[in-house]
Amino acid sequence: MGKLIINNKTYNSRLILGTGKYKDFYETQSAIESSGCEMVTVAIRRMNIGQDKASKNLLDFISPDKYTILPNTAGCYTAKDAVRTCEIAAELLDGKKLVKLEVLSKSETLYPNIIETIKAAESLVKKDFKVMVYTTDDPIIAKELENIGCECVMPLGSAIGSGIGIINKYNIREIIENANVPIIVDAGVGTASDACIAMELGCDGVLMNTAIAKANNPILMAVAMKNAVISGRDALKAGRITKKEMGSPSSPADGLITGD
Amino acid sequence: MNILLNNKKEKISEGMTIEKLLNYKEIKNKYFAVEINEQVIPKSDHGSYIIKNGDKIEIITAIGGG
Repeated sequence: MGKLIINNKTYNSRLILGTGKYKDFYETQSAIESSGCEMVTVAIRRMNIGQDKASKNLLDFISPDKYTILPNTAGCYTAKDAVRTCEIAAELLDGKKLVKLEVLSKSETLYPNIIETIKAAESLVKKDFKVMVYTTDDPIIAKELENIGCECVMPLGSAIGSGIGIINKYNIREIIENANVPIIVDAGVGTASDACIAMELGCDGVLMNTAIAKANNPILMAVAMKNAVISGRDALKAGRITKKEMGSPSSPADGLITGD
Repeated sequence: MNILLNNKKEKISEGMTIEKLLNYKEIKNKYFAVEINEQVIPKSDHGSYIIKNGDKIEIITAIGGG
């Protein structure tokens, strides 16, 4: 029940944000700051070589000195491509090897390709990468990824960008109960209550992007998500009441002035 | 000589090092990586690695993503 520790670093915030889909870098920066998060994901892409030389880049706004930068393997459909992307990312970030592994299928749902994910995870762990792995909510696969040596397992709540929230709370809970590594719900969060529910289930953190970036007011949503993650975890630690079928009065029966 | 730079054909001088290519293209980003023929070439080698005809070069950076 202590702090979130990933790759030997302690984090006060249990919220991790993606940096995609924002209007511009200023909005990205403002949302990240408002959320209180300390780790952000980035994508790895060809540089736009012909661009205006004075134009800024994302890491000018979200400094690696202040945030843990977590490169993702978004756009990779094979283990080979994912591993190649991670090697490039490590060079780009001066040798840092904490990565978010995601190997998707080409379906419209962006569902993870678990076969390639497992191959990539095995290869990356052998190359001393610290792997935060995006996966399905299958408890068997989650445990297998932990056993391979992943630093952290990140089951989806629902499809990336769908905003549906956690579809299968029972699976998420089972993953948490069986885990000896941090479990961070990644994908599908739509609003604050989704993040809160994830934390109440016992998740160690929540990763989201679209829920904030595409909200009507991203900065306000970033604040809402910050509070939701804190509230959910506090509620879990506080120990909720059990659910009952019958009512149970909150006011005592003794001393009633009405009736006997 | 001919190279492929970020998937575009380019003509550059013979004997150009990575460092010279980066200067020529005015790459000023602090955070980037160079890959040649699908092998990462570390920054420490940029001054000495000589680009060859037909090399497939990628200059890569970090951008917004989830």
